[in-house]
Amino acid sequence: MTNLIAMTAAEASTLALREEFALDENVWALGEDIGRGGVFGQYAGLQDEFGPQRVVDTPISEAAILGVAVGAAMVGSRPVVEMRFSDFALCAMDEMINQAAKARYMFGGQSKVPIVVREPTGLWRSAAAQHSQSLEAWYAHMPGLIVVCPSTPADIRGLLKASIRADDPVVFMEPKGQWQRTGEVDLDDQEPYELGKAAGRREGDDVTIVSWSTQVHVALEAAERLAEQSIESDVIDLRTIFPWDKDSVSQSVRRTGRLLVVHEAVAVGGFGGEIASWISEHEFHHLKGPVARLGAPRIPVGYAPNLEDQIRVTAENIVDRVIRMINEGEEETQV
Amino acid sequence: MNAAQPGPDGLIDGYLTMLRIREFELAAIRAHGEKLVHGTLHPYIGQEAIATGMCAHLRQDDLMLSTHRGHGHCIAKGAPLAPMMSELFGRENGLCGGKGGSMHVADFSVGMLGANGVVGANIVLAAGAAHEVKRRGEDRVVVCFFGDGAVNRGPFLEGLNWAQVFDLPVIFVCEDNQHSASTRTSTMTGGEGGGARARSIGLTTIDVDGNSLPDMLAAGKEAVSIVRSGQGPVFIHARTFRVTGHTATDLAQWRDTEEVERHAAADPLPLLRARILSEGHREDELLAEERRVRTDVQLAYDKALASALPPATRAFEDVQVTGNPQIGAF
Ligand SMILES: Cc1ncc(C[n+]2csc(CCOP(=O)(O)OP(=O)(O)O)c2C)c(N)n1
Repeated sequence: MTNLIAMTAAEASTLALREEFALDENVWALGEDIGRGGVFGQYAGLQDEFGPQRVVDTPISEAAILGVAVGAAMVGSRPVVEMRFSDFALCAMDEMINQAAKARYMFGGQSKVPIVVREPTGLWRSAAAQHSQSLEAWYAHMPGLIVVCPSTPADIRGLLKASIRADDPVVFMEPKGQWQRTGEVDLDDQEPYELGKAAGRREGDDVTIVSWSTQVHVALEAAERLAEQSIESDVIDLRTIFPWDKDSVSQSVRRTGRLLVVHEAVAVGGFGGEIASWISEHEFHHLKGPVARLGAPRIPVGYAPNLEDQIRVTAENIVDRVIRMINEGEEETQV
Repeated sequence: MNAAQPGPDGLIDGYLTMLRIREFELAAIRAHGEKLVHGTLHPYIGQEAIATGMCAHLRQDDLMLSTHRGHGHCIAKGAPLAPMMSELFGRENGLCGGKGGSMHVADFSVGMLGANGVVGANIVLAAGAAHEVKRRGEDRVVVCFFGDGAVNRGPFLEGLNWAQVFDLPVIFVCEDNQHSASTRTSTMTGGEGGGARARSIGLTTIDVDGNSLPDMLAAGKEAVSIVRSGQGPVFIHARTFRVTGHTATDLAQWRDTEEVERHAAADPLPLLRARILSEGHREDELLAEERRVRTDVQLAYDKALASALPPATRAFEDVQVTGNPQIGAF
């Protein structure tokens, strides 16, 4: 049975929270201004429905918001932490990295920290250098953390539910530019999606394009254009950055022999590097040419729209890169 | 285009600076509606007396750090309007070359060390600037503006304590507009707020009606004289009210309309104007001065509009000195 309904990413978020709040009273949320719905409406109506004990407005105190969640999780609850913008989570890095990520290990498995740290991420209409960053690779680097980068309303619902139920700290990074994008969500399928599982967004045999978050939509646009030139792309939405779905990517690469990884984050030290390196090591004999990656140049995000645009990896960039891969196979990536 | 001067004519100069800020904000909001100003814009409307009264006592070589709601601070410190407006428009000749925008306006040439997108972050930076001023044995003063919401962040405690134990020449100005985004700050603040916390750390504190220019001028004067004479940091708690939404597009409809209207009706600008006239200032002269302010703002708007976008290659400049990326390199 399916019961598909079109809804926005923000609505999918409230749906997931409503479902999980109803199932488990240990689930609650805390963050600045969430009682009035949150900056993007991703908590709309929840405080009215579940009360101020379950949807908790907080002072502007990021270190305390995250630290309180860690402490509460250690004594049995499952807090959903709203950081507003991923940039502000940087004010709570000790709580995130030294505390949440390490508690289970340091204490020999006595403790768990089942928190979801929501960090809306990425470019958002000239928000400039302190409100636009994509920092998922930082978290992927930290043992103890799960990192989720959903791209659709259905994934926000299914993966948020899974993140709430996970017994690890999860960094959950919704693309800021996509909150009002609509997509179909199956109301009858209340099962959480599996963390660490990629989604195939388009099938093709000529090249594998791996991406996540907003960039998936750009990759799909590029795939459409490539198809007009009879180049068929296998587009994989990684969805979870850590753990990442090596099997799906490997299987695709074995079929296509070519891999391009694309993300909005800075290319240098970006997670694309990890994927490229892993595939080169493990699937080398299936590759027809070097693995390629595209990401932002290593510059902060500028305010003027045309400066901001310098960050973006466009569909055109992807098309060009894929055509070069197919024609030449061996050109070097400039990073 | 100068900032307000203290002295016998402080009120008129101050009024004109406040008007300059008000007209600039109205023009910026209009331009935001016209999609000429991008991103998020936090208006300073209704709080003009605070920046004006404080900065009237500063020299150009004194230093100032601002917030996300920073246009008023920038103007009061003496930044020129046209390059400011150009920055908001994201143009090449903007104060930051179009890289910063509203939330990062800065003019280091007049000691304005930047608006800041991270609430409370400027408090520790201000302590740092003051630390260096003192280390060099200079008599410069550092002023740090922030909102009532910022007193709940860790850097507030860390910055004030630092300033106190190192006895630094810094004035912390908490602009208590009673709101932080869509929250009544009082519901999220224990005890009596910033002033009480500052006192508990040992700072000299001044409580003032931030909507009254005469009161703000007096508070600013006292604070600067304490700090410049080396008697340590001062905390000013300036009471005001956020009559607008949090941003240019926020309607803040959750608020009690009666309360907002009452505060809007007590707009400091017309009240101050009436007072100036009642003290015998000629209205025709004042009207001429007001026209000049409005013309300046209109010129800034026109100039910004006529200015070019930065060349896209600028995105690759000023990242860092060593290891700056090549243009266009991924
Ligand atoms: C560390 C941090 N947390 C959250 C935000 C989002 N934010 C921007 S302005 C604001 C409200 C600030 O309130 P206040 O300090 O009182 O200043 P006001 O806006 O009233 O001038 C918030 C929460 C931020 N910019 N930085």
